[in-house]
Amino acid sequence: MSTFEFTILIAIGSLVAGMIGALTGLGGGVVIVPLLTLAFGVDIRYAIGASLVSVIATSSGAAAAYLKEGFSNMRVGMFLEIATTIGAITGAYLAASTPTSAIAIIFGVVLLYSAYSANKPPKDLLTDEPPDRYATLLKFDGSYPADGGEKSYRVRHVPAGFGLMYVAGVLSGLLGIGSGAVKVLAMDQAMRIPFKVSTTTSNFMIGVTAAASAGIYLHRGYIDPGIAMPVMLGVLAGALIGARILPGAKVRTLRLVFSVVIAALAFQMIFKGVKGSF
Amino acid sequence: MAQSQAWGDKRFEVMMGRLLRFGVIFAAAWVLAGGIHYLTQSGAAKPDYKAFHGEPGGLRYPREIIREAIRLDARGLIQLGLLLLIATPVARVAFSVIGFALEKDWMYVGITLIVLALLVYSLSSS
Repeated sequence: MSTFEFTILIAIGSLVAGMIGALTGLGGGVVIVPLLTLAFGVDIRYAIGASLVSVIATSSGAAAAYLKEGFSNMRVGMFLEIATTIGAITGAYLAASTPTSAIAIIFGVVLLYSAYSANKPPKDLLTDEPPDRYATLLKFDGSYPADGGEKSYRVRHVPAGFGLMYVAGVLSGLLGIGSGAVKVLAMDQAMRIPFKVSTTTSNFMIGVTAAASAGIYLHRGYIDPGIAMPVMLGVLAGALIGARILPGAKVRTLRLVFSVVIAALAFQMIFKGVKGSF
Repeated sequence: MAQSQAWGDKRFEVMMGRLLRFGVIFAAAWVLAGGIHYLTQSGAAKPDYKAFHGEPGGLRYPREIIREAIRLDARGLIQLGLLLLIATPVARVAFSVIGFALEKDWMYVGITLIVLALLVYSLSSS
């Protein structure tokens, strides 16, 4: 295979990954590393570097479309970014001292969790409880457009959400992924933010989180232009398409299909990690 | 009160979205141009990514990356585009400081400044 063919194939794979990533809110990064390592035999460090760059492209590219829809909650996103950026810096430092086979196994486990979370129907856990003290203080409560009107929501369990976001940041920095699954867990399950809002707010945060570890990865020589170029361009094009069709998409079916794919990838990552072939 | 705040938020978000879109499109176009240059030069070569070598010093730090790009080195040009992409979310956070200041939301100016400081720390540390 020549560099030309290699580049084109990676670009096509990345386009599909970016589109699904934007639609499910799980980010393209979650499948980029398995795609590059398992299908193309790329070293996992180059794969993580390219994935991290693609995560920024997905986030910033889709955000432009999302923000017009008015789904995301800027205040929730910015506040939680304190936790994710501290986590991302921690994770990027941890990555240097963690053996690559261990990274592959952790990656597989996170993929499995993503598959599990994608399998759960995205039920909104809207609450009628009195306002949360922290949520009120931080001006979190908001509304979003739904079925011909504004639907308002209240945010709960801010400290738990903040803690989970730190974990999401560590995983992002360690694995070069957006950690969309953990971010959505924090916002959907813990903070009780409606699905459409948490997906887009998570997307908003992913780029900032990834940028926090990208600098450290760049200094370490993990970001290779030859791989990052097709990955970034492919994922970006995919994310733009994904964001365009999000409002009318049958997200539930897509999540189900996607979860099967990532579970299969997860087992391969864990298997190869345990065998020590990373 | 709640109404006007929501409206201000929305306008601010749309502006932010435009800024991001511009940054990303610009970075992507740059990377694409560098990529075409790279493929016309080395498209026929065999890719070698099975073993990790790490990038050379010229592709690791902003000043060196700019120097490589000025030499019209294909990989340096791509790397500069990637650097621009990494800078987009940082710019977004920086502009958010202004946005919250315009809304006179000083608590969020503070929160956003913390995030910005963390980003600057990670990008400047080695």
